[in-house]
Amino acid sequence: MSRLSVRKTYKLFIGGAFPRSESGRSYVVTSAKGEFVANAARASRKDARDAVVAARKAFPGWSGATPYNRGQILYRVAEMLEGRRAQFAEELGGPKKAAAERVDAAVDRLVWYAGWSDKIASVRGAANPVAGPYFNLSTPEPTGVVAVVAPADPLLGLISVIAPVIVTGNTCVVVASENAPLPAITLAEVLATSDLPGGVVNLLTGHQSELAPWLAAHMDVNGLDLGGVEDADLALKCEQEAAENLKRVFRPASEDWSLDPGLSRMTRFLETKTVWHPVGI
Amino acid sequence: MAFEYAPAPESRDVVDIKPSYGLFINGEFAEGSGTPFKTINPASEEKLAEIATATSDDVDRAVQAARKAFGVWSALPGSERAKYIFRIARIIQERARELAVLESLDNGKPIRESRDVDVPLVAAHFFYYAGWADKLEHAGFGRRTTDGHSGAKPLGVAGQVIPWNFPLLMLAWKIAPALACGNTVVLKPAETTPLTALLFAEICQQADLPPGVVNIVTGAGETGAAVVAHPDVNKVAFTGSTEVGRIIARTVAGTDKKLTLELGGKAANIVFEDAAVDQAVEGIVNGIFFNQGHVCCAGSRLLVQESVQDELLAALKRRLGTLRLGDPLDKNTDIGAINSAEQLAKIREMSEIGDSEGAERWSPPCDLPEKGFWFPPTVFTGVAQSHRIAREEIFGPVLSVLTFRTPAEAVEKANNTPYGLSAGVWTEKGSRILWMADRLRAGVVWANTFNKFDPTSPFGGYKESGYGREGGLAGLEAYLDV
Repeated sequence: MSRLSVRKTYKLFIGGAFPRSESGRSYVVTSAKGEFVANAARASRKDARDAVVAARKAFPGWSGATPYNRGQILYRVAEMLEGRRAQFAEELGGPKKAAAERVDAAVDRLVWYAGWSDKIASVRGAANPVAGPYFNLSTPEPTGVVAVVAPADPLLGLISVIAPVIVTGNTCVVVASENAPLPAITLAEVLATSDLPGGVVNLLTGHQSELAPWLAAHMDVNGLDLGGVEDADLALKCEQEAAENLKRVFRPASEDWSLDPGLSRMTRFLETKTVWHPVGI
Repeated sequence: MAFEYAPAPESRDVVDIKPSYGLFINGEFAEGSGTPFKTINPASEEKLAEIATATSDDVDRAVQAARKAFGVWSALPGSERAKYIFRIARIIQERARELAVLESLDNGKPIRESRDVDVPLVAAHFFYYAGWADKLEHAGFGRRTTDGHSGAKPLGVAGQVIPWNFPLLMLAWKIAPALACGNTVVLKPAETTPLTALLFAEICQQADLPPGVVNIVTGAGETGAAVVAHPDVNKVAFTGSTEVGRIIARTVAGTDKKLTLELGGKAANIVFEDAAVDQAVEGIVNGIFFNQGHVCCAGSRLLVQESVQDELLAALKRRLGTLRLGDPLDKNTDIGAINSAEQLAKIREMSEIGDSEGAERWSPPCDLPEKGFWFPPTVFTGVAQSHRIAREEIFGPVLSVLTFRTPAEAVEKANNTPYGLSAGVWTEKGSRILWMADRLRAGVVWANTFNKFDPTSPFGGYKESGYGREGGLAGLEAYLDV
């Protein structure tokens, strides 16, 4: 007799812990063929707010960590992901070779971003030669808590939107792909075992049309990545809501995740701080 | 009342020193053709191992291996090169204790420094440059080429010659950026400190680095000269004395080799009357007694404002009385052994010149071990700018104290040297720090701190302290065809 498998309960990831939705709600996740796969948690407004609180709480420590430390931790995430390549390939489904390549690309993308932690300031900062006896230095700083609506691509896309936000010191609340949320929760297991402080990344599963506007309107969120919102009306609504506290909104055209990501996903959620200091005896 | 410290020696069981070591060429250890030499523990004069000497034929084999590997290595996507270098960084972290103990045994520096400064910086340096390997197009050096590629290209084979004061750290400063940019290397460690470089060769094997990407050739000056003069080397990087730097610049003249030099220094550590005295004293001690003063950027000239001279010197002498000199493997040791008999002789000679030129020598009461090479922390007061101990690099734990009255005078005296590697400024006034920094002709200016290093921060000299920078974005330029 074959062994009956022990299935995993897919929960949310908030503040480094894995709670169920406080609402007790869930929704059915199906395979490409329409078969039942799992019940995913359907996060509520309260869950979203808890996630923002957790992200805000993690912000001082994470943004205050040395860039070297943040880079080491992102590289550690890549190491942990590498160790679970087979699991992720299986979860992604579809042709095995293609799935494996997507997982490999996700690991490499993390490594690429890990290296940016202590380089972005050299590339985007500047010593400004002002016309006067002043020292004048501009450095990039993280914007704060960023809400990210993740794209449909459930792993490479997800990594490609989370890594650029956190490598510079932001913390985030991520709305996972609605149709393929399970790799996001498995990724949370990777994040939870990679020395990433709790609350730096918080993952919500559920209905994008509910969660995105709540986060867009949240007054303690500083940035909003709408890359995963395909419904133009929803995106417009979110962008309008975001205007209330002038969130930095990123609304890219559809992206090919296999291409060189460039710097825009990092720079959109960076502030430039310029320090003046007089020079004189 | 003073408490004695019980010995707290670090165990040397973590290192496994072989009786003899060969050269590392094309991914394998090979015999050298020259007469082997021995490397000793400068704290005990005990022989540690026999080391192969690479002749010019051996160097030629190493360069050929590097040339062959260059095709493969430079053609790898940057992201793959990055992963190799990240692996190296990780293995260094994993074997940190072993590297630290070996470095202290071979070099004589206190374990506290090799463990807390050298080895962590080495790992950080590889980690940092690993991250550049796939981001070179963002570094701003590239011209778009006709084949549509952007970003500057690697140079080819780099010949690198490094000193004995920070053996593994200097190796990291040389190899990490070279590999990240797609070059391959032939590196010659110093004659008195080859062991960590040879352990690094083993680390390259553990990382599965393709053969020939890193080659290590050991030997004395002749081996280094053969590396520098080899016609198939495209880039020469040297850290060491200004005297040898000049010879290398002369050798390289007229060739297409790209050259970077990190040479001597005679840094001024300038203390103003408003400085926090205790912090300044710590900075002065760190500036000149870190690594027994075997530091090219050491703060070997203390320039103190006349009004606080007495107070500062009293505090400095009190602090020097608490420094512990002795067994480098003891975790309480502040000052280890002088690296070699030759260097000890040079420090003694320069100190005697200081006496004969009329400066006043002072050292705290300090018992020196009977075996090994030792020199007590030493302060010369009443030093004039014309004195040789104020002009020449001693490269030992010897501080020359001069005074000044105005900021302009401090600048004048600080810059009155052929060197220009580093400087220190101690004052509570921010605008004065920046005013001084604007006028100091030195590649690194530390304010209210000293001897700070970070892979993201460029390091290198003005004037006869050499040219080129190591570290940071600027450090890539030395290894790219720009």
